[in-house]
This record gives sequence, C-alpha cells and structure tokens, in this order.
Amino acid sequence: MSQPVAFVLRRLLRLAYSVVALVTVVFLMIRLIPGDPVRNALGTHATAAVVEARRESLGLNDPLWKQYLDFWKGLFTGDLGDSFALHLPVTTIIEQRLPATLELAFLSLAVVLLLSVPIGIVVAAFTRGGRRPTVDLAYTSVSGLFAVVPEFLMGVALVYLFAVRSHVLPVAGRLGPSSYVLPVLALSIGVAAGVSRIVRVEALTVFEQDYIRTARAKRMPRWRLYFRHALPNLVTSSLTVAGIVLGSLVAGTVLIETIFSWPGLGLTIVDAVRSKDFPLAQGIVLVYGLIVLVSNLLVDIVLVCLDPRSALKET
Amino acid sequence: MALTTLSSPDSALTEEGGVAVASEQTRVAASARRRFVAVLRSPIGICAVAALIVVAFFAVFGPVLWGDVARQADLTQLSAKPSAHHLLGTDAGGRDVLARVLTATRLSIVTAVLAAALGVSVGVVIGLLPTIAPRRLGRLINSALGVALAFPALLLAIVVSITLGVGSVSVTLAIGLAMAPSFARLAQTLGASVTGRDFVAAARILGVSRPRILVRHVLPNVRDPLIVNASIGAGTALVAATGLSFLGLGVQAPEYDWGRMLNESVGSIYVNPAPALGLGAAIVFAGVTFALVGEVLARAFGLHRPSRRRRRQATHSAAASPVLHVADTPVLSVRDLRVEAPQERGWATPVRGVSFDIGRGEIVGIVGESGSGKSLTCMAVASLLEEPLHVAASSIRFEETELVVEGKLPGGQRSKALAHQLGTRLAFVFQDPSTSLNPALRVGTQVAEVGLLHGGLKRREAFHRAVDRLAAVRLSDPARRARQYPHELSGGMRQRAMIAMGLMVEPALMIADEPTTALDVTVQREVLALLRKVNREHGTAVMFVSHDISLVSSFCTRVLVMYRGAIVESLSTEDLAAGRAEHPYTRALVAAVPHMDAVPGTEFATITEDTEFPLDAVREEPV
Repeated sequence: MSQPVAFVLRRLLRLAYSVVALVTVVFLMIRLIPGDPVRNALGTHATAAVVEARRESLGLNDPLWKQYLDFWKGLFTGDLGDSFALHLPVTTIIEQRLPATLELAFLSLAVVLLLSVPIGIVVAAFTRGGRRPTVDLAYTSVSGLFAVVPEFLMGVALVYLFAVRSHVLPVAGRLGPSSYVLPVLALSIGVAAGVSRIVRVEALTVFEQDYIRTARAKRMPRWRLYFRHALPNLVTSSLTVAGIVLGSLVAGTVLIETIFSWPGLGLTIVDAVRSKDFPLAQGIVLVYGLIVLVSNLLVDIVLVCLDPRSALKET
Repeated sequence: MALTTLSSPDSALTEEGGVAVASEQTRVAASARRRFVAVLRSPIGICAVAALIVVAFFAVFGPVLWGDVARQADLTQLSAKPSAHHLLGTDAGGRDVLARVLTATRLSIVTAVLAAALGVSVGVVIGLLPTIAPRRLGRLINSALGVALAFPALLLAIVVSITLGVGSVSVTLAIGLAMAPSFARLAQTLGASVTGRDFVAAARILGVSRPRILVRHVLPNVRDPLIVNASIGAGTALVAATGLSFLGLGVQAPEYDWGRMLNESVGSIYVNPAPALGLGAAIVFAGVTFALVGEVLARAFGLHRPSRRRRRQATHSAAASPVLHVADTPVLSVRDLRVEAPQERGWATPVRGVSFDIGRGEIVGIVGESGSGKSLTCMAVASLLEEPLHVAASSIRFEETELVVEGKLPGGQRSKALAHQLGTRLAFVFQDPSTSLNPALRVGTQVAEVGLLHGGLKRREAFHRAVDRLAAVRLSDPARRARQYPHELSGGMRQRAMIAMGLMVEPALMIADEPTTALDVTVQREVLALLRKVNREHGTAVMFVSHDISLVSSFCTRVLVMYRGAIVESLSTEDLAAGRAEHPYTRALVAAVPHMDAVPGTEFATITEDTEFPLDAVREEPV
C-alpha cells in the first residue's frame, strides 16, 4: 500500500477512536455530576413528581450501559434530546447556531494565515543574518505583546475603540459584512502575532538553505526569491501550526461570541451551562469536539497531499 | 548525573554512593548559581523580579489593605466615572473599582497558581507513568493522551465545569485538569529523552528498579524545564480562569475575580470604560509577569541562550596581491579580492587578497584544503556573498563589466542589466545537489526559471527548453524527470539538472564548486565528462573547485593552489604532473595523493594539522 494511503487510513482509524472517546466523555459528563443532575437543573422548588418524570424522559433511570447504548443510537438517528430551557430538539438549535460559529472560526483562521505568513516572511527577510536589529526588536516586542493579550481582552479593547471612542463598526450581532470585522479581528490578531513569530523562525531557517543560494544565483527579484522559492517550503510548517491554532480559535469563539453577542454555539453553550440545560450543553460540546477532530484530520490530509514525505513522519 | 556513562559503570555505583562525583556536583552547582545570579542581574531578570514582587504584594496584601474599601457601597455614587476619590470610578453597586481590582488580585493569582500546580502534578504523574507501568497500560495512557491533546484546554475546562458546576473551586480544578494533558506530554517527552541516555541505561543494567530510576534519575533531569513551563502555565491558567469567570462559568458572586469584574465592566463600558481598561491592564501585567518569570528561569537553568551579540564595522585594507597568471582575453579578471567575516571580536579574513584571470574557454582548477577560501572566492566573484560577509576588491571584471564599486562589491540587489548579465553569462554549480535544488518545486520548473527570468521565454517555451536541456545533459526520459521533484532523482541526476540549469542560456563562465564531492566515483566521472562537453561545445570557461588535486590535474588546463585565503601558486597541469610545483604547500598536496605503485606498507604522506607553509606566493610570470 502506498505511503499516503496508509497514512490516511491510519489517521481515519485514529479519528474513529478519538470520536468514541469524545462521545464517552460527553456521555459521562452529565452522569458524573455529583447528586441528581435533574434536581440540580430544576432547582429545589420542583416537585418530586416533576423531577421523576424528567428523569424518566431522559432515561436516567435505566442502567448505565443501556443509557450509553441509547446515547449512541441517538447520535446515529440525529436525536440528542430536547433542550431543558428552550424546549426544542438540541439538533435543531445546533443547526441554527453552528454556521455562525464556523464562519467566525474559519474566517479567523484565514485572517491568521493571511497576516502571519507574509508578515513572518517579510520580517525574516528584513532581519536575516542579524540585519536591522531595531526592526527585530520592534517586531519581537509588538508581536510578543499582541500574543500575550488574550482574545477576550482584545475584544474588549476593540469594543472600546470602535464603539465607545468612535462608532465606525458594529460591535454586536451578525448583520452584514461589517459586523464580522471586529469579532474576527479580536479572535485572530493575537494568534496571528504568535504564528507570525513561528513563521519567521521557520523562514529564517529556509533562507539559510542551499536551494535559496541556488535561486539567488539565478538573479531574480527579491520578492520572487521569497515568495516563489521560500514560501512553498514554509507551507508545510505553516499549515501544521494552523492545525494547532485552529483548536484554540474554535475555543476562542466561545469568548468572542459572548463579547460581541454573536449568535453562535458559544453564546448558546454559556447559557446552557449557566442554566444547567445539560442536553444542550452536551450536544454542543460534542459538536465542538467533532469540529476540532475533523479539522485536525483535514489539515493532516492536506499536508500529505502537499508533501507526501510528511506521511513518513509518524505523529 | 549525566557524567556517568555506560563505559564506566563504576561511576554509576559511586554516584549511588554519592562520593566520587561530589566535587563535580559542587562545581556544576556553583556554575549554575553564578548563571542564576547573572541572569537575575540582567535587565530582563530585574524586570521579572520587580514585576513578580508587585504581583505578589497585591496578592498577599490586596485584600488586607483594600478589602474593606472594596466592600463599602456608596449608594450616591453608582457606576460613577473616575474621580479623585474613585480613581477608576465605581461599579453598579457603588463600590470603588480600583480597590476591588486590587483585592481581586489574590483570588485571580491563587486560582491561576493552584490550577497550574494541579496541572503540573497530574500531568507529571500521567506523563511519567508509562515509563514504569506495564507496557500495555503505558500504551493505553499514551493514546488517551493523544486524544486529550487534540482538544483545546478551554473546551476541556468547560466540560469539567459542566460536571463540577460553577464556582472558584471548580474553576481551579477545571483548568488544572484541562492543562494536565499538555504537561503530561511535556513530561513524557522530557522523560523519554532522559531514559534514552547512557546513565539511565547504566543504572538499569545495574539492576536499579524502574520506580527508583524515575525518582532518582529522571525526575531531577526533567525538573528544570517543568518549572519553566509551570511558570508560563500559570500565565495561561490566569487567562483561562479569567476567561471562564468572564463567561460566568467561573467565580460566582459574592466572590469576585478579574474575569467576573471584566464581565460586569463590559456591560457598562459605554458609561465608564475605566474599569474595563484597568482590569485589562491588571490581567496583561500579571500574564506578562508569569511569562517573564518563565523566560528568566529558562535562561537561569541554561535552557535558552540569550540573543546573539552585535557586529562591529569592518575595516577594509586593500593590500595588493600578486597576480600569478594573466590571461590575454579574460572572461573573469579578479584583483585583490578580500572576504571579511565578523567574529566574536574583530574580523576574520578568510580570503585575504586574491588575484587571478580566467581566459575564455579555459578550464581552471582551484585546489586547497577545506577552509582555504576556495568556495568563498567563487561565491564572491559570482556576487553571491551577502551580509554579514564583506567583499572588497580593487577590481572584478566579468566580461568587460566591472562589478566592484569604490573598492567594494555591493551586496544585495544590483541593477537589472547586471542581474541579466550575471543571470545569463555566469552559471553556478553547487557542491551538494541534494540540498541545492528546491525540494518544493519540480525539477523542470527550476531548470526553466532562468529562461523565464532572463531568456524572455514564456512559461511553456521555457519548460520545453528545460526538457531539451535535461536531454542535453543526458538525463533519461527528460520529459518525465522535468515533472518530478528533486527527491525523486538520484544524486547524479540532480547534479546534471543543476548543470542543465546553467545551460538554459549560453554561459561564458561556469563556476563549479566541488560539483562531484557529494557523488560516488562513477557518477563523478560522468559529471566531469559533461562539464568538459559543455566547455567544448559552448566554449564556456569552467572554474572548477576541488580539494582533490589529482582530479583537478586530470580535468583542468591550469591549477590555482589556495592556502589560508591566498593563492600561493598558479601552474599548468603539465607542470603539476611533471612535478614542477614550486610552493611547498603544492608539493605537500601532491605528495599526499596515494599512488598505486607505492610500496605496500609505506605510510601515506599527510599534512599534519600544525604544519605551517609560507603564505607568500611563488611567482610564475611577471605582471
């Protein structure tokens, strides 16, 4: 069997057992709540009969193994139960909210890559071999500062700048293209700063390579040297980093959605956890987990397509 | 201690006894202490300590000094703007925001530190367990770890807080547990690097039990990096805890931390932005403090090297150097070429005044030991050297074009016309074809590029010509090869491709810098034959660099001998073959070539490390 095919099969196998682990954890999450989750959710005012009826409808009175099997059955039939608070099927709510979150995460990923890769390469080009130490220092401090500021503070800062000081951009909701600007920026600036530092280090190593010297011997314009000859060699490492940051971008959407009242899964799960709407929280955690797992798989497959040799490196 | 090796198991024993290596240990400890003090005295060390003192002060004394003020509700001042009395204004309950920010330092910092400590403890146990657990269990733990690592910590923390409910205790547990997988992986990686080392193997051979190896040998060696990462982790935990509280999933009223306060202040940001900005400053300050402390610890433990020193300006002195051979119609004419390289202090001069000519259609060899400046000379005349190297010369003429401006060879981009001339008339074949071709671009694309850049060819035409050139260097199935990537070609094929690259246009000079060193002997001969063919058919002069004097004398018409950055002799290969070399270094090089007819058993002639030869050149003909 060819290397890449074997690699993809191996990765699919890993996805399979990761999904099993995810589903099991999500299943146990509610069952491990100390005390009775239903009593917990309905509060002390609810009558015993109401609690019992709710337990029965959730199947919490069945033996654990049966609950587990039913949970899997529910997954395959698209039934994740009904939300306590919203009285709607969890799958319906997720269907409504998922696109907003995916848009936010993937737009941010695109912005991260579009900012960090060129910035990393250009800064590396300017500072290679210890040139321009002032540029180096300025870049290192600024990017370091941005990388340290957490996305929710960045969000708050942008709200302050664009809603309180000036009123240029909308800071709440998801209406029209301009409403995307601040949430996406808040989510991506810090990550882009961090990633650009990694890209720069990688670019500096690439610039030292013999094949860059070969390219220089052909006497081409600088931009061609950096973007035609160095960039393709940076794609692999950049994508690997992108795969890693995608997870934190997905997690970051939870905070960003709260700040910008973005009608996605994050806003929903925070409400669900606070109102102890366990079926809904459970369903959303599952979706987040699947987003992370599937996108990691996609990144790996793209990497193998771009660079078949990476299949040899067992991760 | 890493001093113990397999070859001396005794010292492993004494290490258990702790006697013989005691003095060595104290020496290492003393130097470690010195480094610690040095790092603490550096600017970054002072910053870190100062910041840490500030954070610790407010964490310890914040609630004591401002706790009461923070509780006082002034009902006449609800959500007030900053004033002299309330520097950051008041919150919706009329309480002073600044006092509350300072009071909340303790809960925020304690949560972060405890969460990081929990994360490290759980992580280390999980991460190092596979080294002592039964193999099967260890593998299970590893794969579980791999799955857990795929999920971002914030999501894991949300999962844990769903189960444990909300509140300051559960947020600590949630973040600690969520951070555990990454610390486990770190501990595992560090542990694996230690268990692979000789002294652990020695201990194992001596029958030391696995748990004891773990405690006595592995833990001490993974301790430093773990402490560094724990400090950085505390910063991450602070941000995560603040985030959870901000979402309303962490600390609950009446307790308050920075995250909860931030949530409240964002709601009133239109009325009074000061609290949000103050909180932001507090969070960033504490976060940066943990990161700084981590960096300082890393330097103190010797895990990071501080950044490199700065360079000084070069002092150029253009000493005239003898010209050993003057060609009638030179394609390349070099006078007083110097290359200077910055050192720790001062400058080194790896090429110290070199002058030579290469005639049209000539094949000139440059020989000399490694470090004699052959490659630098080639790179310099091809204008390929860049900062931090400096190239000075009184003249470098390539085909009537003077490359030197005011005694220096400018680095970086030159004029378009010059780029065109160098790109079309000068070809360069590099030493190692496996690294000199771009692994991410197709061979044909790379060969075609010169045609695209300087030949005025369209993409398709250039590719056709590249295939044609690949055929000219006798690459089998050139159309297919052109579409392959360099790693799909053998070393010899790659070097042919490099030569084909030079033949995209009509070069007047091909500089081949040890083109055959990385190849095996039969392939070597093919590449040399190819270079000779290029020379014969296109009249291309070849400047052939090698450390192999016998190879050079069989291939070239004339030889330049380089020694310590200078050309010491120039002679024809006939003279060389006839033993008419005059310079002692040249003679030593010739003598060092083993002969088939030597008496078996006689020692090979070698040039020992400390042999000094005169640096003065032997004059062959007057200038």
